Amino acid sequence: MRWLRTCLALLCLIGAASAHALTPAEALTLAAGESDERIAMLNRLAAAGDEKGLALIQALSNDAVKVQGEQVLVVAGDGSAADAVSGAAATVSENAEDAVVNNRLRTAIETALATRDLFGRDAALQREAAGLLQKAAFDDPDASQLPLVEKALAGELDAQARSLLEQARAAMQLASEDEAQRLAAAQTLGGMGDPALRPLLAAQIEAEASPQVKSALNAALASLDRSLALASGLTQAFTGLSLGSILLLAALGLAITYGLMGVINMAHGELIMIGAYATWLVQAFFRNSLPELFDWYLLAALPVAFVASALVGAAMERTVIRFLYGRPLETLLATWGISLVLMQGVRSLFGAQNVGVENPGWMSGSVTLLGNLTLPWNRIFIIAFAAAVLAGVTLLITRTRLGLFVRGVTQNRPIASCMGVNTARIDTYAFALGSGIAGLAGCALSQIGNVGPDLGQSYIVDSFMVVVLGGVGQLAGTVYAALGLGLFNKFLEGWAGAVLAKIAVLVFIIVFIQKRPQGIFAFKGREA
Amino acid sequence: MNTAAISLPTPGPLLTRGAFSGVMVALLVVCAVAPALNLLVPEGSVFHLSDYMVGLLGKIMCYAICALAMDLIWGYTGILSLGHGLFFALGGYVMGMYLMRQIGRDGNYQSDLPDFMVFLDWKELPWHWALSDSFIATLLLIVLVPGLVAFVFGYFAFRSRIKGVYFSIITQALTFAALLLFFRNETGMGGNNGFTDFKRILGMPIATQEMRMTLFVITGLTLLGFYVFARWLVASKFGRVLQAVRDAESRVMFCGYNPLPYKLTIWTISAVMCGIAGALYVPQVGIINPGEMSTAASIEIAVWAAVGGRATLVGPIVGAFLVNGAKSWLTVTFPEFWLYFLGALFIAVTLWMPQGVVGLLKKFKGAGK
Repeated sequence: MRWLRTCLALLCLIGAASAHALTPAEALTLAAGESDERIAMLNRLAAAGDEKGLALIQALSNDAVKVQGEQVLVVAGDGSAADAVSGAAATVSENAEDAVVNNRLRTAIETALATRDLFGRDAALQREAAGLLQKAAFDDPDASQLPLVEKALAGELDAQARSLLEQARAAMQLASEDEAQRLAAAQTLGGMGDPALRPLLAAQIEAEASPQVKSALNAALASLDRSLALASGLTQAFTGLSLGSILLLAALGLAITYGLMGVINMAHGELIMIGAYATWLVQAFFRNSLPELFDWYLLAALPVAFVASALVGAAMERTVIRFLYGRPLETLLATWGISLVLMQGVRSLFGAQNVGVENPGWMSGSVTLLGNLTLPWNRIFIIAFAAAVLAGVTLLITRTRLGLFVRGVTQNRPIASCMGVNTARIDTYAFALGSGIAGLAGCALSQIGNVGPDLGQSYIVDSFMVVVLGGVGQLAGTVYAALGLGLFNKFLEGWAGAVLAKIAVLVFIIVFIQKRPQGIFAFKGREA
Repeated sequence: MNTAAISLPTPGPLLTRGAFSGVMVALLVVCAVAPALNLLVPEGSVFHLSDYMVGLLGKIMCYAICALAMDLIWGYTGILSLGHGLFFALGGYVMGMYLMRQIGRDGNYQSDLPDFMVFLDWKELPWHWALSDSFIATLLLIVLVPGLVAFVFGYFAFRSRIKGVYFSIITQALTFAALLLFFRNETGMGGNNGFTDFKRILGMPIATQEMRMTLFVITGLTLLGFYVFARWLVASKFGRVLQAVRDAESRVMFCGYNPLPYKLTIWTISAVMCGIAGALYVPQVGIINPGEMSTAASIEIAVWAAVGGRATLVGPIVGAFLVNGAKSWLTVTFPEFWLYFLGALFIAVTLWMPQGVVGLLKKFKGAGK
């Protein structure tokens, strides 16, 4: 039986060039042949563009094909069946068998069906189909698709789809018999930076006999590796920048409360945590009451997080911290106590488990650059957000009346007081501002990490390191320190692993502080 | 020449009459009363001291040593360390290594190596375990390891005149870095789980009532010894310079003193005391893991000293007993409230009780007169 089918299939292949109409033998091969034969037949039928053939392929992908003896039947939704070749109605008998579609064949079918779009008029569909073909060719080039690709290339095509198809053709021709074709293929592929090509090229170098092609392949591989290295370098820089922006957000509030006011606030991490929980509450509110606006809950969460943390901060300042000005070690202990109370309070209110904060639609997913550089949207937004918060704080400190008062009180409290500044009130405002910024940080951090009662603990050491390294009393120093530490950390992570990198960074800071106790940037003169 | 004699206050006796009787009573309690109540008085009697209480008191006495060490560096020298948890853990880990080697082949995998190394598929002991099977070497390392770490760190920090909050923050960073280091499995310190499941010490089973009592007595004697030592230290000329450094460091320097050796010495002594406390703690509690190096653990040591009363030597010991007693009671009866209580304690002590419980008592005594 099997040899008969194979013979039939071979016969068909020989006469295929002229055969445009689906023959019974072709249909049988497609429905019930060996895997390799079926895929070859599939591609040939798809390239021929015969309508009955395409209909049969479609039916196969819907699992609606049965084989009854030598006859191939397409079963419709209502149970009626028709002969795949003639289209005549037929009855399904007891001994009809389903045409089995395995995963490999299914992939091939999907590609073949998609390629139909190549011959359509819609440029977007053409691009999509070409992209699919190119991906399939890079993963596992299949020379039997070549005629199809050639045919599509000969027709009218969108420019981008054409270049994708040419790449697909090059991948398929890598193993071609013709040396010139192999050479051209190697040269085409050399210009691309797709990591999916690497195993293909490497395997081909092993198998290649001709020295000329081999050197072209080697060049292609080298250029691919170069672009991969570039992309991984850029990825490292991006993750470093992203970590830096997170550190900056976490430390910016502290740069005000500690850097400007000199208050050691060990509860700073808990203020971040409160901002994150405020975001979670706003999210829950939107989910229950305004589901149609859910994608925009984050915009509403920002002010809520700011105000929540600022209020807690103001309350802390009014009730505890103001009595401890000038006693930094006591402030440290008291604020640590506050942090314990806040943590346990959140645990009692919302439970000890982490709560789930979802990214809104526009923040999830990622953008791909240069073929293999994938940047998640939420990270990009956080970098932008950190920059915006930084700009806001800078404006507030340098351009507003409140900022002027804060700077005045920082630099010389008695004189500021003589000038009529209510220094006690400015202290509260400044502390609330720093706390509110911590709340904003919490809102941002809720988008990239777990939100739980212990959230703040993981940031407190880092944010103090940033402020101390940057130099107390300096916003600019904080920025440089945060970005520098982020990049340095990610760079070290590349060859030492995450934990060792972190340890190295901490040790670096400890050593650095020995050399420059005043931080990277410091006021010149007596204030330092 | 007319040299006006400057009358220096003569240092009083090492122990005043009251302090002497206090120490003697404590000595009696630790060496005779507690063992008798635990070992001789039958179980079920009102006067029986349960094994649980022996363990708890032994543990708290280790904490009291830490609080005393903290008081020397913070209360008397004005340097707040957030890294004493590290020294405590270092001493504990050195002891833990010895105890792990004492398990011998009785572990789950019946190997010469500690279980976690078998689990990591290590074939031989890493270099830093080389001395771990000698008890004498362990005793030396308990002193040397925290001492050296403190000395090197302190030398550079004090030489750069890092003080106040800066110093606190970088000790915190140091401890955090060590915490991360000990969490790694590759460090060879048992990673996340640390060391536990000890079987023997000096070849004798560790979990018997007698061994517990022995460790309890040793801990008590160590605590008392350190207390007397601290009294001698703060009353000595050295101790007076420390207090001067605390109160006016620049003035001390203008008087011709270099504060560096003074600070460095007390810092190292304090770290070694913590290391010894850790080494006594591990066999009694039966576990050591990187949790002891957490930021919270180090800050808690400071609050024991603050609650009892800084710059008094009884204070920290009283504080350690009060806070930890409250902790073991509250975490059992009202586990929800323990952190509220601890947090409120931090705030209340700094706001209203800068002299701690001992200061408060003194004040009442003074008002009564």
